[in-house]
Amino acid sequence: MSNTQADPGYELGQKESTNYINASKGLMSWLFTIDHKRIGLMYLFTIMATFALGGFLALAVRLELFTPGETIMGPDAYNKVFTLHGLVMVFLFIVPGIPAALGNFVMPLMLGAKDVAFPKLNLASFHIYVIGTIMALYTTLDGGVDTGWTFYTPYSSTIDSQVVMMTMSAFVLGFSSIFTGLNFIVTIHKMRAPGMTWDRLPLFVWSLYATAIIQVMATPVLGITLMLLAMERIMNIGIFDPALGGDPVLFQHFFWFYSHPAVYIMILPGMGVMSELITTFSRKRIFGYRAIALSSIAIAVISFLVWGHHMFVSGQSAYAGMVFSFLTFLVAIPSAIKVINWSTTLYKGSITMDAPMVWAFSFLILFTIGGLTGIFLGALGTDIHLHDTYFVVAHFHYVMMGGTAMAFFGGIHYWWPKMFGKMYKEGPARFAAWTVFVGFNVTFFPQFIMGSRGMPRRYYDYMPDSGYQIFHQISTVGSWILFVGMLVMAVNLLASLKSGKEASANPWEARSLEWLTQSPPIEHNFHEIPTVVEGPYEFPIATATANAQGAESSDS
Amino acid sequence: MASTTQTGSFWMPPQASTNAAEVDSLFDFIMDLNYIFFAIIFAMTVYFIVKYKKSDENPVATSDFDHSTLWEGAWAFIPLLLCFVVFFWGFKVFLNSTVAPDNAMEINVTAQKWAWNFKYDDGQSTSDLYVPAGQPVKLIMKSKDVLHSFFVPDFRVKSDVIPGRYTTVWFEAIEPGDHRIFCTEYCGREHSGMYRTVHVLSAEDFAKKKSAGFEGRDESISPAEWGKQLYSKYGCNACHGLNEGEVKVGPSFYGIYGRKGETTTGESYVANEEYIRESIMEPMAKIVKGYAPAMPSFKDQIGDDQMDALIAFMKTLK
Repeated sequence: MSNTQADPGYELGQKESTNYINASKGLMSWLFTIDHKRIGLMYLFTIMATFALGGFLALAVRLELFTPGETIMGPDAYNKVFTLHGLVMVFLFIVPGIPAALGNFVMPLMLGAKDVAFPKLNLASFHIYVIGTIMALYTTLDGGVDTGWTFYTPYSSTIDSQVVMMTMSAFVLGFSSIFTGLNFIVTIHKMRAPGMTWDRLPLFVWSLYATAIIQVMATPVLGITLMLLAMERIMNIGIFDPALGGDPVLFQHFFWFYSHPAVYIMILPGMGVMSELITTFSRKRIFGYRAIALSSIAIAVISFLVWGHHMFVSGQSAYAGMVFSFLTFLVAIPSAIKVINWSTTLYKGSITMDAPMVWAFSFLILFTIGGLTGIFLGALGTDIHLHDTYFVVAHFHYVMMGGTAMAFFGGIHYWWPKMFGKMYKEGPARFAAWTVFVGFNVTFFPQFIMGSRGMPRRYYDYMPDSGYQIFHQISTVGSWILFVGMLVMAVNLLASLKSGKEASANPWEARSLEWLTQSPPIEHNFHEIPTVVEGPYEFPIATATANAQGAESSDS
Repeated sequence: MASTTQTGSFWMPPQASTNAAEVDSLFDFIMDLNYIFFAIIFAMTVYFIVKYKKSDENPVATSDFDHSTLWEGAWAFIPLLLCFVVFFWGFKVFLNSTVAPDNAMEINVTAQKWAWNFKYDDGQSTSDLYVPAGQPVKLIMKSKDVLHSFFVPDFRVKSDVIPGRYTTVWFEAIEPGDHRIFCTEYCGREHSGMYRTVHVLSAEDFAKKKSAGFEGRDESISPAEWGKQLYSKYGCNACHGLNEGEVKVGPSFYGIYGRKGETTTGESYVANEEYIRESIMEPMAKIVKGYAPAMPSFKDQIGDDQMDALIAFMKTLK
């Protein structure tokens, strides 16, 4: 009893010998492909490589802070390493992460489409991403920058380093992001299969739609800001540097006008993945479909109006602080609704804790902590004390890594069989997910405590008598646990490509369209465009009246 | 310096200013909300996962409960209401801790890479901060170079210090003691070394020390020893090492007196008394070859006696 009219060629067990992976051969057939699935895969591996790079930099930062004074590097190296960790994780990993890798692969399949609306633009987006990444890495080898990923002026506009080149790389990467966003908006509007109405869209697609709106509208502001910064440095036009008649705080306004919406570029797709994982592994309809879908849009809109909460102690007026604080509390509500809806979805489900669900569980717990600790920072009175301390560092890692990265890895494990037609080993996959969950908390929870006790962020050194050392040391040990979990995950996934069991078309018994085609999918996704007759989460239900036969006929 | 090793509560440092208790009650209230809401979410999630585990008895979902206006409305409305409470409370605390009382004593603060300078109404300036207990103090702050941020955790005050614009903080210290000042806006190489101490003195001690000069010379030590104190007091140590050949942002002070070399413009120099004085007062005049023009001027901070002491100290380094 399928809920959609299945593609006739893809009853379970039937499989064609050609698929998108082996349809054509050679490096060029990959580098210049316009197949969204191949582009998604190339994004996936590049993004995982940048995540590994950012992760090693984080391990170096944590190791340096194990003892006061110099542990493994001096202050100049440390400042560059933490800057690069931020830049890599933000611009190379987490902003493109879920949309460009998972979204590219899955979203057209979910819509019942053969590709995205503009396949060549999609390829261009990947090429630009690679160029931007190479520019960033070249800059790093050529001296690097030590400004922090935020490039605050006038430090960034006056110090002697590779700031111009690094901002140009972020500028270039911005275009990659804009192209992806533009492509997704048009695809979601125009490429839906017959019967795929807006209220039958998988929630992952809704979240990508909200994300794409922010990408298209906010990213140009970052481009303009970085361009102004470059102009100031190259042509000595006074914009941000007070010595030239500029205003340093203006940079912060511009920067956060992009970068606050950008944190929703980072988290919204993760929330979308969550909705898919929670429903599939509880085998139950999502609770509050409409509220979750619309809260994504609400977040996208309000996210443009809260940037000033990064500047409560930057010398902006008390009235500006008041307005931004108020709006910040408004943007918290849609996220709160999502969390409780995921949790409620579990009620009377039929739940298995497969590896993707372990990641989803981590997301739910860690994101809740990340969100709740945001209240301290949204409130003006407490933010004054906590601003720019490790409390903030812990808060955004709980949201960004505990949220988005957990969803990303959950999504990878969820769609891995679809992408490669192989199953990874379930035992090591669960072990990795639980290890990361433990390691994450050991790493970041102590940072809340030392932060509220006053430890400032971006510090190379701390006084031995300050009482912070024990928290730094627990945190560093946690980073090693995290590393072990990540390593097991990577080895397990890569090993499955060689020796994994064949995956069926729908190993999780999920209900959305991407599971109708074979694993891995054929080049053009579906032989015939499917006709959609129901929503994406129509799992079988054993009701009180239908209990007798419900259990039997449910999985046919 | 002892104060920073004590802890106030589990989460917060000691309360050393009159505003601290108010900030902490808000903090505690939000923390209670955190505990409650986390407990609800955590308990619900774990309970459902255990209770509705897939099994032979529970092969498929047993409910199509997928919408409830009441449940969803409550989950929007109750948090929203609590957020409003936190917002107003937070704004009130913010106003109390940013608007200084009229009778506040004013101290001018200048931040630069990587030192603080505090200037009092009688014209003297110090590198640590000295304030009387039981008296509101308002700091009027500016930066000479990049962004810095003035943070005293025990006072719960913080504000960015910005070039080309004034910002202020105020506090009233409760009782005599020492507390740490941090810089919390990233400002480069020695950002984490830009910490100083605020010395809270009783009103009598404050008046006594002020008239004697807060950081005046202890007559029992030699000029060279005083110079060594000034070396760390003014933050020279951030950029200039004392070991032979040590390269930080600037050249080492080891063997500085009498050193011969070349500037970036190709002129040669000999580091005599006048060269050292000029380098401290007008650092851009001569830049030693191989170093960046990074040093700020100490023109209105270092007096004649202090300059003599610094030079005497440098002469001992060989």
